[in-house]
Amino acid sequence: MATNHIGKPKNRVDGLKKVTGSAKYAAEFNAPGLVHGVVISSAIAKGRIKAIDTHDALEIEGVLHIFTHENTPGLAWFDLSYKDMDSPPGAPFRPLHSDEIQFNMQPIALVVAETLELARFAALRVKVEYEVETHNTKLADSLDEAIEGKGFRAGFEPPKSIGKFEEAYEAADIKLETEYFHGAEHHNPMEMHASTVIYEEDGGLTIYDKTQGVLNSRHYVSMIFGIKRKKIKVISPFVGGAFGSGLRPQYQLFMATLAALELKRPVKVELTRPQMFSFGHRPITIQKLKLAASPDGSLQAVSHSAYSETSRFEKYVENVVNWPKKLYRCENVEEIYKLVQLDMYTPLDMRAPGGATGVYALESAMDELAYKLNMNPLELRLRNYTDEDKGKEKPFSSKTLKECYRVAAEKFGWSQRNPEPRSTREGHNLVGWGMASGIWDAMQTPARAKARLSADGKLEVGSATADIGTGTYTIMTQIAAETLGLPMEQVTAKLGDSSLPFAFLEGGSTTAASVGTAVKYVCDKIARKLLKEAGKIDDSPFKGAKMEDVVFRDENIVDKQDDSVFIPITEVMKLRGLGTIQKKTTALPNFLKQNKYSRNTHSAVFAEVKIDEDLGTIKVTRIVTAIDAGRILNAKTAHSQILGGVVWGVSMALEEDSFMDHHYGRFINHDLAEYHIAVNADMPDIDITFVEEEDHVVSPIGVKGVGEIGLVGVAAAIGNAVYHATGKRIRSLPITLDKAMSEVSAI
Amino acid sequence: MRPFSYSRAEDIDTAVNEVTAHEDARFIAGGTNLLDLMKIDVIHPQHLVDITHIAHDTIENTEDGGLRLGALVTNADTAYHPEVEKRYPLLAHAILAGASPQLRNKATDGGNLLQRTRCYYFYDKTTACNKREPGSGCAAIDGYNRLHAIFGASEHCIATHPSDMCVALAALDARVQVTGPDGSRTIPFEDFHRLPGDTPEKDTNLREDEIITSVDLPPKGFADHYTYIKNRDRASYAFALVSVAATLEIEDNVIKDARIALGGVAHKPWRNKEAESLLIDKPADRDGFQAVAAAIVKEAKSFRYNEFKIELARRSIVRALMEASQTYQ
Ligand SMILES: Cc1cc2nc3c(=O)[nH]c(=O)nc-3n(C[C@H](O)[C@H](O)[C@H](O)COP(=O)(O)OP(=O)(O)OC[C@H]3O[C@@H](n4cnc5c(N)ncnc54)[C@H](O)[C@@H]3O)c2cc1C
Ligand code: SF4
Repeated sequence: MATNHIGKPKNRVDGLKKVTGSAKYAAEFNAPGLVHGVVISSAIAKGRIKAIDTHDALEIEGVLHIFTHENTPGLAWFDLSYKDMDSPPGAPFRPLHSDEIQFNMQPIALVVAETLELARFAALRVKVEYEVETHNTKLADSLDEAIEGKGFRAGFEPPKSIGKFEEAYEAADIKLETEYFHGAEHHNPMEMHASTVIYEEDGGLTIYDKTQGVLNSRHYVSMIFGIKRKKIKVISPFVGGAFGSGLRPQYQLFMATLAALELKRPVKVELTRPQMFSFGHRPITIQKLKLAASPDGSLQAVSHSAYSETSRFEKYVENVVNWPKKLYRCENVEEIYKLVQLDMYTPLDMRAPGGATGVYALESAMDELAYKLNMNPLELRLRNYTDEDKGKEKPFSSKTLKECYRVAAEKFGWSQRNPEPRSTREGHNLVGWGMASGIWDAMQTPARAKARLSADGKLEVGSATADIGTGTYTIMTQIAAETLGLPMEQVTAKLGDSSLPFAFLEGGSTTAASVGTAVKYVCDKIARKLLKEAGKIDDSPFKGAKMEDVVFRDENIVDKQDDSVFIPITEVMKLRGLGTIQKKTTALPNFLKQNKYSRNTHSAVFAEVKIDEDLGTIKVTRIVTAIDAGRILNAKTAHSQILGGVVWGVSMALEEDSFMDHHYGRFINHDLAEYHIAVNADMPDIDITFVEEEDHVVSPIGVKGVGEIGLVGVAAAIGNAVYHATGKRIRSLPITLDKAMSEVSAI
Repeated sequence: MRPFSYSRAEDIDTAVNEVTAHEDARFIAGGTNLLDLMKIDVIHPQHLVDITHIAHDTIENTEDGGLRLGALVTNADTAYHPEVEKRYPLLAHAILAGASPQLRNKATDGGNLLQRTRCYYFYDKTTACNKREPGSGCAAIDGYNRLHAIFGASEHCIATHPSDMCVALAALDARVQVTGPDGSRTIPFEDFHRLPGDTPEKDTNLREDEIITSVDLPPKGFADHYTYIKNRDRASYAFALVSVAATLEIEDNVIKDARIALGGVAHKPWRNKEAESLLIDKPADRDGFQAVAAAIVKEAKSFRYNEFKIELARRSIVRALMEASQTYQ
């Protein structure tokens, strides 16, 4: 279908605001009389607060109040009240609730002062005495304490084995048993978590929050503080990255709200960078894989088990071991998923939660199997290609993975690969090639949208979703402009405001499919109304016309059969005396249709690395990826999403590692100098192709979502390339130089 | 962060007077290290003396044919100075291997010498650290010590000095000019930084009331044969795990002078002159380089997470010398 806006590489509509600094983030809002809160974090991992001495701090002029568990008013009674839209099973952490310390860096007090400087200074004068209890933060030593990873959580599929793994494994000719590990990662968006809470005269609250869901924040505040939802307005127009860290309300929201209500003043609380390491991370997993195949490479049996960390109070679950049944044609699959409860904060969804790590292990093991079979790794994937999800026994709503493999392999030059490890040398470097598949879920969630067309032909569309840098503003604008035949400049998209119609959290790569569909529907409604009104104009050529008879183009309603018959939209408004047209709609997924299929995005990733084995230096020199993500709404922002995913994949493969000091039970490299995120100089050439196939099962607008798939598979492709380069299989991430250095060296 | 007072000095004498007159006073130059540490309350001076206006911000030739780097010259201006590029390319390379362009634009040569360690525990006040709080213990010895020293550590501290610039300065035998209440003195580079011993809170032999006025480079710049290798966890904006500055003077394929300084491995830029002398009057070849490298790492001692540094140091030394023997103008 010819389009004017959709699919084109459009610039972000909010780009200018962002680069000129006029886009305001949560900590940048101000109000007369604003005061500042600084959070004090616990210095121990487990125990009790024996005493908090705030005397010296309160003596400082300008310090208004110090909130601790001792003076925090009785709040909601039930754990349930602290649940949010993304809570895993369990009892959520309740800030300042008691003297109990459940994890290191737990927020234990909030110092509020007239200025940030005073609050920071006063925080240093607060003396805390602890009663220390023994903590355990070590996953590897606690596997015998593991419990079943189960429970209800949006998006979570409890593990389910199929066929007879043991028998098939025993009977098979070729067997592989291997184990993978990866370190913890923290989200570390550029913008730190912050909330500015304005106490309104009527007792209501206006809250500027860093969040991936304003309605989630509103729900949380409403439940805990017992304030009616309609008296709370949560606003979050811009988010400086989140990657999942904004899916749950973080404690700064609780703190700022508490202080604003108590002091009846506007309060701002912004976390520090070290505190960004205090509330959830991508959990470490230890994964074991057993693969069995016949000599031709057909998989006979697969067992994927994972041990993952969680807190003592919540059972954080994600889909780590659920991917073999979706990626490969194998009748006997065993899935085991276990949790170990440790003295740490609950892990938190991070970009492609479970998938990024589970597929890493699976696709690395597949590579090992390929070498064992003496088979081209791509060939092995194709041999086991599946058109149905073996677990659900359902076909895929769409799947162009085969084409992804083909396109990416060709662009990469995979056919030139020398199968022998250590076969290519360039000066000091060994050169290696590796590949992997990626897979992620494709979903539509219920969403609502509203739209208002004014007499001057300007349109405003809105939904309470978020734009965490992904381009939501832009695609909402494109869809609306396309549907009503308007230039994009005439459309304004609104989001990040709890007074707008419902949208679910901005996560799971669902926003384009969900909010996009709602925007499309509401604009369709406006279009129908316009056509109806056009028909009522005297001598109208559109009398009795149906939507199929017309197109909306160049700000006109145009007769499909005859271009010369048209009427400008503004004329319709004028002649019919319409000030505005306003519509609201709800877009619900068609569950009946969807349930017949398994719905996923897919990818193929090829990587080239160069390794100086003597010094362990690894440089990723090329990544070629092809993506199956349904219809692409904006070639530019979608490309950027995949780029970001690949960058993250390189970072995950080679650098990111939050290191827990087990003696203290504390992440110890808690700043951006020592928690390494890939920098520009680390970046290879990144080549991205979308293999588009509109998927009208996942969403009526054909979209599957691009937010996460770009990351899945990258770390495995790099690890596999490292093996091909060096002949050394490194089974733990990140692959730092100490792991990559050769045992013996020529120098 | 705690409140502090501030004054700005216009010349060396006032700077020294101001620092002596105030209790717990510190100089502030680029502020790229000092302010970070103040924000997290690891350092909490009561008074800051701003020295960014005391001049000493130029690079000049010295009478003996060397080069004087004013203490307030920025790291960026130093690295891109034509005389440095031409005569001391090792120094330019080492500086550019460090930090980021923004930081190098702000950071000064004097401040670079006095930057504190990057030991995680030094930065986290909830942990034990003798350098931060003498007598409290050293969390790194049994903790996460991947970044830590393999040479010259003590039971009180195993931290490393993080600078790249200083590794080159050590190799070049620079001299540090300082002025204090009792006048001026020159500190040879190897005596500037110290080993931790039982006073790890002291990084250097500079007295608290002394100011660095310049760093002087001797005439010999080894512009023909030099290398700086920096091994780190990412391609930019990461401190060295092991770095090597190597310089050679070669005549007819015979080595006449050789310097090897290591970074990221000790409380100070690490040199072993005895080992270096093994190279003198020998041909510039791999065997000789391997012998020196072996002699240097013989003294190394590792901890739980940094064992790799010993072999990495050995290989890096050989690689650096191989490359240095091949570099020509
Ligand atoms: C994120 C990050 C990454 C970095 N990466 C690297 C790296 O890879 N390699 C590297 O080498 N460096 C690196 N640096 C460190 C940087 O080089 C130093 O912070 C900088 O050189 C310090 O200089 P300054 O002028 O800002 O010192 P300041 O912060 O102003 O001062 C530092 C100390 O020196 C004292 N001081 C300053 N000037 C004088 C003087 N003239 N006389 C006496 N005392 C003085 C101050 O009192 C203070 O104690 C990094 C820094 C950061 C923040
Ligand atoms: S190594 Fe030194 S700086 Fe690090 S914790 Fe020990 S005493 Fe402190």
